[in-house]
Amino acid sequence: MTNREKYEQVFVDSFAVDKGVLSETFTYQCVPTWDSVGHMGLIAALEEAFEIQMEMDDIIDFSSFTKGIETLAKYNVAI
Amino acid sequence: MSFFDALDLHGDAPAVISEQDAVVTYAELARAADAVGAHLVGRPLVFVVCENSAASISGYLGCLRARAVPLLLGRSITPESLASLVSLYQPEFLWLPTEHPARATAGADVHRDGPYALVRTGATGGAPLHDELAMLLTTSGTTGSPMLVRLSRENITSNAAAIASYLGITDAERPITTLPMHYTYGLSIINSHLLRGSAILATDRAVIDRGFWQMLTRHGATSLGGVPYTYEMLKRLGFAKMELPTLRTITQAGGKLSPALAREFATVCEAKGIRFVVMYGQSEATARMSYLPSERAIDKAGSIGIAIPEGMFWLEDASGQPVTAADTEGELVYRGPNVSLGYSGSRADLAKGDENKGTLRTGDLATRDADGFYYITGRKKRFLKLFGNRVNLDDVERLLSDMGHACACAGRDDHLVIYATGDVDTIALRASISAQMSIHPSAVTVRTIAQLPRSESGKLLYSALPQ
Repeated sequence: MTNREKYEQVFVDSFAVDKGVLSETFTYQCVPTWDSVGHMGLIAALEEAFEIQMEMDDIIDFSSFTKGIETLAKYNVAI
Repeated sequence: MSFFDALDLHGDAPAVISEQDAVVTYAELARAADAVGAHLVGRPLVFVVCENSAASISGYLGCLRARAVPLLLGRSITPESLASLVSLYQPEFLWLPTEHPARATAGADVHRDGPYALVRTGATGGAPLHDELAMLLTTSGTTGSPMLVRLSRENITSNAAAIASYLGITDAERPITTLPMHYTYGLSIINSHLLRGSAILATDRAVIDRGFWQMLTRHGATSLGGVPYTYEMLKRLGFAKMELPTLRTITQAGGKLSPALAREFATVCEAKGIRFVVMYGQSEATARMSYLPSERAIDKAGSIGIAIPEGMFWLEDASGQPVTAADTEGELVYRGPNVSLGYSGSRADLAKGDENKGTLRTGDLATRDADGFYYITGRKKRFLKLFGNRVNLDDVERLLSDMGHACACAGRDDHLVIYATGDVDTIALRASISAQMSIHPSAVTVRTIAQLPRSESGKLLYSALPQ
């Protein structure tokens, strides 16, 4: 699996959505499952998938599918 | 004078500050409340669809000031659940956000205040409300069960006063909301601070939202509250390393925090000069029944503390006899002016008076140590707290049965486990039951089991379910 595929799969699994909706418009609270509980689940799943530990600012600012790609670059994960 | 009657005492002091930095003073809040209240003639029943905002709070206060009876509901209530409650209780009015889907068919607007509208439903002939009844709260909203708790003016005012007293709340406090307004714990934070003239920073943002921390910092929040899940999020966000110079107090209720996490936060807070106050309560006792003084947060980690001012606890064994020995389990019983009048399952029940007469069997099992501090050890009743919300396990079983699945429900707080038999798509079932209960699916696990264990009399044997 490429990093891109891994990243998309985390979103698909965390929010029970189709790959097709994953774009810059896929943002926090855009679906009922992306509430605060879903957000913590997303972060935990990304940390596990990419073996990283995210800092508070990055957790809080992880506001969309595309923003997340920029954020992961800070952890040397190229998507 | 009740805090809701005495708002003008605080005059031009800020009462509610919004995310957009709009400030509503106590005097302005009172005027806005009375503008709503002017329509509430003859003690009507009013459904208040809540959010953490000045408009929502003013409608709620308008009801109390006009002696109308509000039922507080969450903004996320499904149109079906709301319609069912409207049908059962025949409220004369609704106070709700103008964009709420229910507004279209609710009735006629009689008053508007910014984002909220007062709608007259046209319902008449509902049974009159008992004189002592002042407010209604839901118990188990997530399973659509319409059981409400009936509260008196004395319940509301005495609990606000007790909480303000043991937390030492003053007009210098600036609590930031972290919990829904219609939820007993969230409401108690609002009430106890309105009593003392504090400025409430009102937001519906979660602690994982950048906007929450910006608001906290910009307005110098001095306190916040949280259910166990909030504390898990705060831990994950690195609360220990955060610079929060204005924060003086954090409180915890809505379920049992693990002793380890309680001790961890107590220790971190001591180092930061923040008071960490664990509390316990139920909507059946208005809000709070106990608190753990912050100076005992470390050595009594895991305890719910001692009864609030004017309240008292004791333990009763299975035959109803008081448990006098230390460290011995019994049912926790509470007596105090904040014990609700009783429940309601229908409009007719709103005419009932005080059935509890000041004493509440909490349904929780507890022990008391040699120093008089209480510890919750279990529950008599079959329910869980999912992210602070009470979920009755038998109700969930009924919901599943209605969907055609014979299941047993168990688990622990924040982790509901459904044992299903037959050919079940566990993923689909988990998705649909969580959507029905408005609970995040991650809190639900569905397991298949060949047969539900039953006793000889045919009752479900929860103790025999695989762990």
